[in-house]
Amino acid sequence: MTDLTKPPVTAAARPMVKAEGVHKSYGQVEVLKGIDLEVKQSEVFCLVGPSGSGKSTFLRCINHLEKINAGRLYVDGDLVGYQQRGDRLYELKDREVALKRQDIGMVFQRFNLFPHMTALENVIEAPVQVKKENRAAAKERAMALLERVGLADKAGNYPTQLSGGQQQRVAIARALAMQPKLMLFDEPTSALDPELVGEVLDVMRGLAEEGMTMIVVTHEMGFAREVGDALVFMDGGVVVESGHPREVLTNPQHERTRAFLSKVL
Amino acid sequence: MNKTDQGSVTSGRSEAIKAVPVRHPGRWAGVAVIAVLAAMLLHALIYNPAFMWDVVWRTMQDQTVLHGIWVTIELTVLSMVIGVIGGVLLAVMRLSGNPVLSGTAWFYIWIFRGTPLLVQLVFWNNIGFLWPKLSIGIPFGPSFFSESSNTLVPVFTAALLGLALNEAAYMAEIVRAGIQSVDEGQAEAAHALGMSKAATMRRIVLPQAMRVIIPPTGNETISMLKNTSLVQVIALVELFTAGHDIYARTFQTVPVLIAVSIYYLLMTSVMTIGQYYIERHYARGANRTLPPTPIQRVRALLGGRPAPKAAPVSDEGSQA
Repeated sequence: MTDLTKPPVTAAARPMVKAEGVHKSYGQVEVLKGIDLEVKQSEVFCLVGPSGSGKSTFLRCINHLEKINAGRLYVDGDLVGYQQRGDRLYELKDREVALKRQDIGMVFQRFNLFPHMTALENVIEAPVQVKKENRAAAKERAMALLERVGLADKAGNYPTQLSGGQQQRVAIARALAMQPKLMLFDEPTSALDPELVGEVLDVMRGLAEEGMTMIVVTHEMGFAREVGDALVFMDGGVVVESGHPREVLTNPQHERTRAFLSKVL
Repeated sequence: MNKTDQGSVTSGRSEAIKAVPVRHPGRWAGVAVIAVLAAMLLHALIYNPAFMWDVVWRTMQDQTVLHGIWVTIELTVLSMVIGVIGGVLLAVMRLSGNPVLSGTAWFYIWIFRGTPLLVQLVFWNNIGFLWPKLSIGIPFGPSFFSESSNTLVPVFTAALLGLALNEAAYMAEIVRAGIQSVDEGQAEAAHALGMSKAATMRRIVLPQAMRVIIPPTGNETISMLKNTSLVQVIALVELFTAGHDIYARTFQTVPVLIAVSIYYLLMTSVMTIGQYYIERHYARGANRTLPPTPIQRVRALLGGRPAPKAAPVSDEGSQA
């Protein structure tokens, strides 16, 4: 096992992600209506809720794939997408945004592996192209990562030659190759056959045990209950309820939460 | 005893089917008709003296014609190289969020796609009429270097400008279609890994867009090869003009054109083969397996090495 995921010990007190009144709208449609939350270091933070509740949008705001319209969003103490000088906000340049994203791994519902590259090439692409890592060294690290997700023997396969579960595990290895301090999971198992869900959740569980800070948008309540340290239930662009997963899932306080859970549990 | 033995064997593996295939009398009738027509055509080609095969043969060895081939190849290759690079640039500009950039690209395509290539060729050849002198210097200020347009833009350059700038407009639309065919999630995944916009385009989007870009680009290249004959209007001697100059003298129009066409066919054939291999290259990862190349197929047929077996699709059982 490679130890690539240790969180920085010095900054332990600082929250990894902090949202203050985050708003996001597409034209007339307001998707996020003021989100306040805090994700601590090494925490597994689960976002649940019905589709359209804004949980994926919020996740995408964290690495600035979406721009927020109001409020403040911080990752590891730094404002996302902007820089504050005095009481003025300055938009970050593309290059600076890209630099921030290097520290945030993201795993997508539809995997989004690069189909013209083998599993190994997918994993070394960003370290070699972005961090200008030595190719041989990157390859060695990539093989260790593929080993860790149980796919060392598939290194030379193209994504179309892999099952959904295998593709998602390669996608996780690809994100880990940048040695991120935070991992975002956007419904990582929603596009998978039921029997392939377990292998992806196992990899995520392993990451959690090593202390990776993870924000997970998921419908896997079993995973949330077992691995999660915190859980937020979102609906209609607001946080309805939050707390420890076991409490929220077993003893929901709000009617809306109860109604949702009765359908998915 | 024997019978029961055989029975136990066949129960392990069922017997291969040996059925009488369906007959297709209609197909055979069609084949017969085509065979007769082909024989008639061949007969006409050989025994009709008007084809003048000796003239065809002599024309094919004519020095002007052979030189014309090189001019045609030069024009085609250079125009396509400039056209493709310009097309990628214009396509990226058109897809840019900046309205000035996308508007400029739109305007360029509007002009160059909307006017006849013939007009554009004549225009570049007569650039000296509009600007007798071209100079490099500070815009609206002093110039450091000045030269007559007719010296700066000789006929070959005018032909190249006409063909390449026109081609860029068409390639821009082809490349744009290719870029738009790539799933947005690809660029998102690349951005999420911290890749810059330029790197995402170069490493992730364009290689995948190539699958959509290549077939029409092959078409464009073949069209270009034949469109080079339009430069006859500005009196540049390439393959067609070389032929034209001969039959203008000898009036043996058809045999000369046959000779020229044979060369065009040869060149397009080579291009078609090239296109096949380029398409194959960019199909990596798109198909689960690549079909064997024609050469590999011929080898397999000749009993040499078998065509490479497709890489098996991974099975779930083989994980650690």
